[in-house]
Amino acid sequence: MPDSTRKTRVNKSLLSDRFEKPIEWLIKICGWSSLAALTAILIFILKGAGPMISKINWVEFFTSTKWVPSPGTGNEPHYGILAMLVGTLSTTALALLISVPLGLAAAVYISEFATGKVKEFLKVLLELLAAIPSIVWGFIGLMVLAPLIQNWFGVQQGRNLLNGGIVLGLMSVPLIVSLSEDALRAVPDAYREAALALGASKWEIVFRVLFPAARNGLLAAVMLGLGRAIGETMAALLATGHANQIPSAITDPVRTITATIAAEMGEAPKNSDHYHVLFILGLVLFVITGVVNVVADLVIKGTKKHV
Amino acid sequence: MSTHIEFSDVSVHYGQKRAVDRFSFKIAEHSVFAFVGPANSGKTTMLKCINRTIEFIDAAKVTGQVLLKGQDVKAIRDVYSLRRRIGMVFPLPVGLPLTVYENVAYAPRRMGVRNKAELDEIVERCLRDSVLWDEVKDRLDMLGTKLSGGQQQRLTLARALSLSPEILCLDEFSIAIDPVTTMKIEDVLMQLKEKMTIILVTNLTQQARRMADHVAFLNDSELVEWGENEAMFNRPKKEITGRYLNGEFG
Repeated sequence: MPDSTRKTRVNKSLLSDRFEKPIEWLIKICGWSSLAALTAILIFILKGAGPMISKINWVEFFTSTKWVPSPGTGNEPHYGILAMLVGTLSTTALALLISVPLGLAAAVYISEFATGKVKEFLKVLLELLAAIPSIVWGFIGLMVLAPLIQNWFGVQQGRNLLNGGIVLGLMSVPLIVSLSEDALRAVPDAYREAALALGASKWEIVFRVLFPAARNGLLAAVMLGLGRAIGETMAALLATGHANQIPSAITDPVRTITATIAAEMGEAPKNSDHYHVLFILGLVLFVITGVVNVVADLVIKGTKKHV
Repeated sequence: MSTHIEFSDVSVHYGQKRAVDRFSFKIAEHSVFAFVGPANSGKTTMLKCINRTIEFIDAAKVTGQVLLKGQDVKAIRDVYSLRRRIGMVFPLPVGLPLTVYENVAYAPRRMGVRNKAELDEIVERCLRDSVLWDEVKDRLDMLGTKLSGGQQQRLTLARALSLSPEILCLDEFSIAIDPVTTMKIEDVLMQLKEKMTIILVTNLTQQARRMADHVAFLNDSELVEWGENEAMFNRPKKEITGRYLNGEFG
């Protein structure tokens, strides 16, 4: 009897041994596949940008606001993206200004204050909100927000930086809330109890204990919200007014890089200079998000070292 | 000695489940009162009734009275001030995500102690009382969560002492600490008894025997019996008490 039990145990371990290697490989492949996808995207964009990378005047590209990609015959084309760059960065900044406080506050409420049915209801609501297609958000900007902004600010054009910032901000909120809520919930209850026992109020627990403890998760939530705001195309196209200019007021129309690609890709003849330049715009977006992520990583590492 | 804490017919239910069944006992000032009993006997729930952190468990329903120096804790308007009077040490070490120094200075600072020298003095005294000072004095600005488990546990003890509480509750404080350090802390606790009442929840019956003036035996949400240390260990009224305290239970 003891002999037979030992045998089965040995067999079992052999069986799992046989799976050990393939599973390890499978997991390895899954892990590296993200790098493969990233490389493939970069190659795709570089290939699309192709000949224009060397042909383009890079100084003009970053310092001029003149964007005339398909001039009439006999005229010089101009590829200056400064205005779009400012448009993208300003709408994103405004969006974050709205979505980060709103998102974090909502996450704190859902995770720490709401209970029972209210909590469940709000979570379902947020998921629903996250599932609204971007074109619908854009439409809300176009049909609801634009007239409101026209009335409130007394401006001609309701589709502008403010409109775009609000719409992109609201779009990022569900993402930020759900990720921050996860991060807050992952903080062990023991922390809360320990702080409570010291006589801390709920707000003190949130600011002094939960935020520091969940710092990395919260930062990740903000970064993903930022990614969403930078990358959003459809809503940006509809809500920002799509005017290629550097805004001098919050109510000026702007144009984003993403919206430019979306609007012009259809009309640029394949393999024309215009077509290739649009890929360079994609490359710029790629670099911006890359830089943002690296900076976020450094921030996380930096705070880890200091505290 | 006058009564510091009195439980009068206190019951706690979590929904339908009974966690504490009609506890009545009195704890004298400046004494060590030990609660022993197996898991799920209501020890931790009982502690939570004293500082009213039980109120954060939605399903919990408390009946009966918990009296602190004759005053019903439910009648204390400022619950935070109540909690500051009671130091709590939890079974698992929880270094708050702050530096070692800030873990201890946190509560005094909140109470308005701004003077750096005064804070330094509090931090050093508390860390010495929890037998941690020698190990951390050169790295007070390190994250508390980076200490070892046993060190973190002593850090939570230091934190609990930081407001010079009138009651110190220790919920199985020594499970993450080695026996030598445990003995050192026990010595310190016996001295602290001069200044505060100590409630000790422990799985180690020998620890109760060494330290406690009074011992209560809990089992299955019931307070089986309580009395003076010597009587409980040598002449328990109920057979089950004697068997548990002498390690013959189950």
